Amino acid sequence: MSDPRKHVTALLVAGALTAVLTGCASGTPAVTGSSSAAASASATPALTGTVTVFAAASLKSTFTKLASDFEAKNPGTKVTLNFAGSSDLVTQITQGAPADVFASADTKNMTKLTDAKLVDGAPVNFATNVLEIAVPPSNPASISAFADLAKPGVKVVVCAPQVPCGAATEKVEKATGTTLAPVSEESSVTDVLGKVTSGEADAGLVYVTDVKTAGDKVRGIPFPESDQAVNTYPIATVGTSKNKELAAAFVATVTGSEGQKVLGDAGFGAP
Amino acid sequence: MTFELDAALAARGFEVSLSLGPAETVAILGPNGAGKSTLLSIISGLLRPDAGKAVLGGRVLFDLAADRNIWRAPHTRGTALLAQEALLFPHLSALDNVAFGPRSAGASSSAARETAMHWLTEVDAGDLAARRPGQLSGGQAQRVAVARALAADPELLLLDEPMAALDIHAAPLLRRLLKRVLAGRRAIIITHDILDALMLADRVIVLEDGRISEAGPTRDVLERPRSRFAAGLAGLNLVAGTVSDAGVTTVEGMVVAGHHDGTVGPGQDGVAVFPPSAVSVFVTEEHGSPRNSFPVRITDLEPHGDQIRVHAGGLSADITPAASADLGLTPGMTVYFVIKAAAIAIYPA
Amino acid sequence: MNRRSGTGYTGIPPWIYAIAAAGAVFVLLPLVAMVAKVNWPQFIPLITSESSLTALGLSLRTSAASTAACIVLGVPLALVLARSPFPGQRLLRAFVLLPLVLPPVVGGIALLYTFGRQGLLGRSLELAGIQIAFSTTAVVLAQTFVALPFLVVSLEGALRTAGNKYEAVAATLGARPSTVLRRVTIPLVLPGLASGAVLSFARSLGEFGATLTFAGSLQGVTRTLPLEIYLQRETDADAAVALSLLLVAVAVAVVGLSYRRPRVEAAPEGAFR
Repeated sequence: MSDPRKHVTALLVAGALTAVLTGCASGTPAVTGSSSAAASASATPALTGTVTVFAAASLKSTFTKLASDFEAKNPGTKVTLNFAGSSDLVTQITQGAPADVFASADTKNMTKLTDAKLVDGAPVNFATNVLEIAVPPSNPASISAFADLAKPGVKVVVCAPQVPCGAATEKVEKATGTTLAPVSEESSVTDVLGKVTSGEADAGLVYVTDVKTAGDKVRGIPFPESDQAVNTYPIATVGTSKNKELAAAFVATVTGSEGQKVLGDAGFGAP
Repeated sequence: MTFELDAALAARGFEVSLSLGPAETVAILGPNGAGKSTLLSIISGLLRPDAGKAVLGGRVLFDLAADRNIWRAPHTRGTALLAQEALLFPHLSALDNVAFGPRSAGASSSAARETAMHWLTEVDAGDLAARRPGQLSGGQAQRVAVARALAADPELLLLDEPMAALDIHAAPLLRRLLKRVLAGRRAIIITHDILDALMLADRVIVLEDGRISEAGPTRDVLERPRSRFAAGLAGLNLVAGTVSDAGVTTVEGMVVAGHHDGTVGPGQDGVAVFPPSAVSVFVTEEHGSPRNSFPVRITDLEPHGDQIRVHAGGLSADITPAASADLGLTPGMTVYFVIKAAAIAIYPA
Repeated sequence: MNRRSGTGYTGIPPWIYAIAAAGAVFVLLPLVAMVAKVNWPQFIPLITSESSLTALGLSLRTSAASTAACIVLGVPLALVLARSPFPGQRLLRAFVLLPLVLPPVVGGIALLYTFGRQGLLGRSLELAGIQIAFSTTAVVLAQTFVALPFLVVSLEGALRTAGNKYEAVAATLGARPSTVLRRVTIPLVLPGLASGAVLSFARSLGEFGATLTFAGSLQGVTRTLPLEIYLQRETDADAAVALSLLLVAVAVAVVGLSYRRPRVEAAPEGAFR
């Protein structure tokens, strides 16, 4: 067979396989004995299908673990995860991206979705997060308190006010009366952390959970004023979900005891 | 104050030695691919040979002997090159084009323009000064190109078939112009046209397959050619071989009888030369096997002036159209060329 | 299709026009969709806000600076690649064109590892008192890095097409190589250089990934228009769309006004081969 024909055949086969698999995946939703969204996963009879979860970037490691736990407990299910900035996710959902569950890094973005009538039922708060100062392990600028960040010559990087962690930063600035002069205002907390781990910045304001995830690449310096700006994380089933029972089951896992344990271990606060 | 050159370039099978006097013009003749353009490229510095040496008016242009490695860049050689294409800089006016050489030598803008205007007038192109190259005809552009080359005040002027791209009206004008400006100048001109050689060149060099096959004063070479190519250019038949009392014997054993000019003895290399008009064409061999009767196979028939030129066996014969029709000549036919011995000149090769 | 009188034979089969039209639609439709989403009543206030104007001004200044840098570095590079064969030339060309295929973020990371505080040159630069990170210089560096190949490719093509016959003539007329470059080579490829510069400018204007990774984002210092759009996207979709349209308009204006088709020249004969 000549090369072009080989390619066409391969494409056709791949196409057929994909069609078959998606057909299987979007099959009939699992029927469970209980219709309550709060039922714990282990009590329900077999759930099947794929649930697509859109979650804020700061939930990456925790939700990845919860997803694999969920799949292990419910064989025949698959959890597809999509991590991005909360407002990006809202844009995607409103433009029609297929999502079953949405977990936001703040209530503002969840409200955007509720206002667009794309939420099924009421959102549930499942975690909180506060800011922490992250410095390179050697702490070149000798930061020990929030006020140190405003010292001249310190290269501090923060989130831009338009994103949740930036809004929190502004709140802390107001609460402490210290105005920062950052060298950069990033659009995502991951970029802030990146500038600290690469050694470009003397300090950065990130979430407690980010410091924990970074391990020994950064040193975390908690500060008492951080509880002036608490970010609350809500989760909800998306109104356009095709598998609401499965979505509800996942939400239950997150809000239930094992979800809370995983979140707590990562540094999140109780909702 | 001569120009001397020795150069060899193995990749093109090129090996040439020549020299030029201070006011001499030499014409280089030869078939395509003979190495004529290679020669000019080497002299002007645009092509590097494997070995050789060139000296122009006391200045060494290049010397690639083992212990020396002198190579002058093209812009320091004092040679100016004129090609078939005028190659005038498209973004400059004719005047600025001609002024390019003087300005590159360091002249001020106004001095260069003055020189440029002088040369433009010399080539009868003074009224074209403000025009862009795109607005000039082929003949006009070549004249401006000549002015540009001369304005650079070269020690040696190199011309590569300058008339080749011109039509039959523009070519004679340029030829007359070149005759005027080349007088008293050292120049090498490559040409395919025998008229150029006769009008412009003091000497002629024939280049074939990268080597000089013949050289000498123009008239001598064209009246008594020694190489096939020169003979062809001069419109003569030439047969080469070894001289004997009978005449010239070719390698195939053919004997051409002619009158010896006394300068060559038996056993030496010689050529027998005769014009096509001295050849008679017969369809059958004459009785008594006359001398100089050669069977040849016709390859071509072409009109030549008011005669028909018959090409056969590497030779040419001129006969009247009526005779050609009577004999029923066609390509592929075998005929006999018969030449009177008196019309054949034999001299050294 | 009506043929206008005086037009020559194009040799294009009719069905090519259909596919070309589809291609044009594919490129134009997203732009049309974006224009349709613009909040027109708010448009002028949105694009004239302080942050927008600052971002636009910064974008134009840095793009102009990086285009200049591209010309200074790109012209010699293009000349060497087009005219001067040397061993390893193909390898050099491949590396020079690398930023064309590299994701800009990767370019930013590479620049960080070179000029960042802990980068290859970072420490030496810090000792010399030069801080590159988080500065406008970093933005210009990032833009130059991604835009240089555009200029080199464009100019190299023009140089190859032009050949070096005119340079050879100039040399035989007595012009030094620097004179040849100044009076013959550059003037003859000016159109190719100009279109290369325009492409570089447009690429610099739209540069995002490398800037974000390498330079950071601070209003008036490093937040160029694309970064401003990225940020506005979080809260104000109308502002993001308006600024996007502004960026498109500026780019189209610059490219449309200055991009010219390159000339094609025939091959030479004779001694200049």
